[in-house]
Amino acid sequence: MNLDTDLVSNIRINLSAIERRTSTLTKRRSVKKDYQAAWLLKAISLIDLTTLSGDDTAGKVERLCEKAKRPISLDLHDKLGLTQGEIKVGAVCVYHHLIKEAKKNLPNNIPVAAVSTGFPAGLSSFKTRKQEITESIKNGADEIDIVINRGFVLQNNWKKLYEEVRDFKKAAKTKHIKAILGVGDLETLRNVAKASMVCMMAGADFIKTSTGKESINANLNNSLVMLRMIRHFYQMTGKKIGFKPAGGISTAKTVIEFLILVMEELGHEWINPKYLRIGASSLLIDIERQLYHFALGRYANKEKLAIG
Amino acid sequence: MSKIIQNFKNISYGPAPEDSKDVMSWINSLNNPNHLFINGVWVKSKSSKKIQVINPASNKKLTTLSISNNNDVNAAVGAAKKAFNSWSKTSSDMRAKYLYALARLIQKHSRFLSVLETIDNGKPIRETRDIDIPLVARHFYYHAGWAKKIDTKINKPIGVVGQIIPWNFPLLMLAWKIAPAIAAGNTVVLKPAEFTSLTALYFAELCEKARIPKGVINIITGDGSTGELLTAHPDIKKIAFTGSTEVGKKIIQSTAKHEKKLTMELGGKSPFIVFEDADLDSAVEGVVDAIWFNQGQVCCAGSRLLIQESVEKLFIKKLKARMEKLRVGNPLDKSIDIGAIVAPVQLKKIQSIVKKGEKEGSKLWQPSWACPTEGLFYPPSIFTNVSPSSFIAQVEIFGPVLSVLSFRTPSEAATIANNTPYGLAASIWSENINLALDIAPKIKAGVIWVNSTNLFDAACGFGGYKESGFGREGGIEGIRAYQDNTLPEASKINKRVNKNKIELSTIDTTPKLYIGGKQKRPDSGYSFNQLSSQKEFICDIARANRKDVRDTVEAASKSKIGTSSNFNRSQILFYLAENLSQRKETFVHLLMSIVGVNRNQAIKEFEQSCERIFYYASMADKFEGNIHNPPMRGLTLAVKEPIGIMASIMSNDQPLLSISTIISSLFANGNSSIIVPSEKTSLIATSLYQVFETSDIPAGSVNILTTKENELNETLTQHENIHGIWAFSNNAKIRSSIIHGTVFNLKRYWCPKNKTIDWSNNSEEFLNEFLYEGSQVKNIWIPYGE
Repeated sequence: MNLDTDLVSNIRINLSAIERRTSTLTKRRSVKKDYQAAWLLKAISLIDLTTLSGDDTAGKVERLCEKAKRPISLDLHDKLGLTQGEIKVGAVCVYHHLIKEAKKNLPNNIPVAAVSTGFPAGLSSFKTRKQEITESIKNGADEIDIVINRGFVLQNNWKKLYEEVRDFKKAAKTKHIKAILGVGDLETLRNVAKASMVCMMAGADFIKTSTGKESINANLNNSLVMLRMIRHFYQMTGKKIGFKPAGGISTAKTVIEFLILVMEELGHEWINPKYLRIGASSLLIDIERQLYHFALGRYANKEKLAIG
Repeated sequence: MSKIIQNFKNISYGPAPEDSKDVMSWINSLNNPNHLFINGVWVKSKSSKKIQVINPASNKKLTTLSISNNNDVNAAVGAAKKAFNSWSKTSSDMRAKYLYALARLIQKHSRFLSVLETIDNGKPIRETRDIDIPLVARHFYYHAGWAKKIDTKINKPIGVVGQIIPWNFPLLMLAWKIAPAIAAGNTVVLKPAEFTSLTALYFAELCEKARIPKGVINIITGDGSTGELLTAHPDIKKIAFTGSTEVGKKIIQSTAKHEKKLTMELGGKSPFIVFEDADLDSAVEGVVDAIWFNQGQVCCAGSRLLIQESVEKLFIKKLKARMEKLRVGNPLDKSIDIGAIVAPVQLKKIQSIVKKGEKEGSKLWQPSWACPTEGLFYPPSIFTNVSPSSFIAQVEIFGPVLSVLSFRTPSEAATIANNTPYGLAASIWSENINLALDIAPKIKAGVIWVNSTNLFDAACGFGGYKESGFGREGGIEGIRAYQDNTLPEASKINKRVNKNKIELSTIDTTPKLYIGGKQKRPDSGYSFNQLSSQKEFICDIARANRKDVRDTVEAASKSKIGTSSNFNRSQILFYLAENLSQRKETFVHLLMSIVGVNRNQAIKEFEQSCERIFYYASMADKFEGNIHNPPMRGLTLAVKEPIGIMASIMSNDQPLLSISTIISSLFANGNSSIIVPSEKTSLIATSLYQVFETSDIPAGSVNILTTKENELNETLTQHENIHGIWAFSNNAKIRSSIIHGTVFNLKRYWCPKNKTIDWSNNSEEFLNEFLYEGSQVKNIWIPYGE
């Protein structure tokens, strides 16, 4: 889609009303018992199991991949009536230099996402950033998480933002790109909404809240704004764009709130790994703990659950 | 395939019921026949008539309660009267402690109360748990503070208050009634609505736990007949009523004879205005909170959606998509948006109004899903093809039914918004603060929500304009409604009659009516005599009739005074006082010849009149509103607005001073006034218009209609374009007939019961009472944030 700056500048977001929606929404819906278990399993299937630390090594990634394949312990599998391999995470997300390692350890049905384009600040030279995408794909990455230049948003330079994201998409060829907005740097929800819209116009397949490195990451408010932009874009173009909240989603309770938000604002058809991913590293353990409680009726000792 | 995997593959909400075991066993214990709470104990009703209490979600019977009769009402009022002696003298500290105890107890039993309210009323547990009950606790906390602050030796309570509450927010309305009443030192007899008495009865148990002194709070169950007995009881000094406009009007008429103080929270048909520059997705959520909150059974429900034409189609599309996602069903389920309608009769009423709307040609739309068939449910509904003249755009439905109207410009939005007899609330959605804050004062409603809806807080007064009632609940205005504001009596009538003969003017004077800034001959062509105190003819006075009233109201409604700046009004009043002071001899002479006072007294009254106008000139820009800080990021502006066109029927007492007081106090607030002087002192009033003419008083803002005693009372009282009426008469019959007549447009009225008002009183309480009575408070909620 071409850049439509009129549409972008007419976007209006009312913070107080957004907050009211998110604070009441989580009280308007509740999932209990086996429904809750099903929702939590669903959440697992949406996780982009992530390690993005400066000290990541091949060993760390190998461990992560094992957890990605078997996100919950085998005895829990039986208690919940699942067959083996039925539940796996959405993807594994790593830095460029560990793509090969991840690919080696994962079956084909678990994609590898690589963060790219000068993650997390996204401020290295344009040429380098584009090159990074090409290199990552060459190494086997199935999905590319790109970071946008937040400065363009703050300057309302929609044209520049549009062109960069469009070029990244071109570089990624057939692979999906997830545009990371860095919501914490954008400060206002109005900026979040406008940046979301421009990235979608430029061809982003997913819009993602944050790198996990900013002080504010995914929360229900910025997510609601992004979801509404996705809905608006879908109504205009008929094209479904995916959503990936990332950073700060570490408990089962929180992830259910996010799922309810997507369910209510976009609907059931968005709740699958094609259109929804959750960027998280420690979330899985908490979900597993809740499932343990559901299946066995008692609270789990953390050490009994395998780490990733 | 396991159930979990099934749910996993097709993700959906399952049942999430709130546990109700404890509450149900409490309800079952109500079979005990002692369920009236009178004088601190549970007693059996003397009546054999019963109310069947149902659970609207199942339409099955929960329990049986009594319809209290005369004996029960007498017992309750008697207990409250006895308790008033000590409660009104209880220290502010002690009263505060009792209110605080109630606030705490409500918090400690919050979930029980929420579940009980949901079972009794049918509203979703989400609402009772997250909105009703927290607001109840907040209300008692807030008023515990007022109890501490109010010294009942200075601000006297009224006495026994009768309180009649509706079924839509049973416990919250109880809190709105009881908390301010007892904080101010009154005692109460409260009658919950016949459909929803249960939380009130549980509240009475909490009163026992809080050791509220016996008789301070009495709760009796019953229906309309009990309410009538309560309003008619001579020992009840004030009635606070929340309910329909129809019943409110009946109460005004039935209590007119006893001149009880009233607070009336009545119906509404509130506009929800969406401008093209609003955050439309958020405005859609606003509509959900406006009309599908409590099944639309809310007096301030935003039941008329006014949408700007340029975004109408888009907005309706968004709204319909949103409606598909609403969930109607068992209100105890935590995933339910819309619960059950309170009673079969209410459900039938909604159904019949909707049918009528369809028949009239408006287009009904409801979501594709079906409501549960068991229990009293009605789906969220919207009507398009609606015009302001449509039946469904005018009548209060009190159900989950929205009427959609469109507008083109901001001024058209305001016009359509005001095109209703009601004036309770309005919601304005725009990202342009200039637009939103420009529209807010143009809408005649007591509560305005900018980019929000249905927000309530104990600190912010709630109440209506026009036929939505009068008086406020919450805030300082709500406290004033429970205090005795009687004007002081003149200590003794000390009229030293002038014995000397006064020279009367030899040149004929021709006083006319003063209408719209012009001197007008009366329509009737009749005159009556102005006599001196010694019964000598002075001159002829124009005798106004109903057509002159019509013309005057027309002229008054064209006056721009309501939107003039308070500085401007202040200057004019100062100037008026200056110009009046130069006519000392004229007025002293008039007072001596017509009233018959001696020269010193006449000079005193004249000088006081000039001072009085000076006082209100000073207050014009100082009697201002408040800014509240409710618990949110935002402000609530409590703005004082004029009432509009005010008619004042004057007495003989201190004619120059009383007229000066009325004219200048009403003017200071921005009202247009129609002064009807007492027949015997007409010439004093008409002599003032020359002063008006030299003082830049804007045309139509002050008008004088002279006539024979009480001749225009009925015309003025019943004129639907007069917004308020003051009558200063020591004749109770005259006063009550005026009150009786106000119901056609629910005029504000003020008819002090004094035998003789001491107009020379210079206390601030006395002078400011005129400012309070001549203004109304509009609360404008402004959440903000970027």
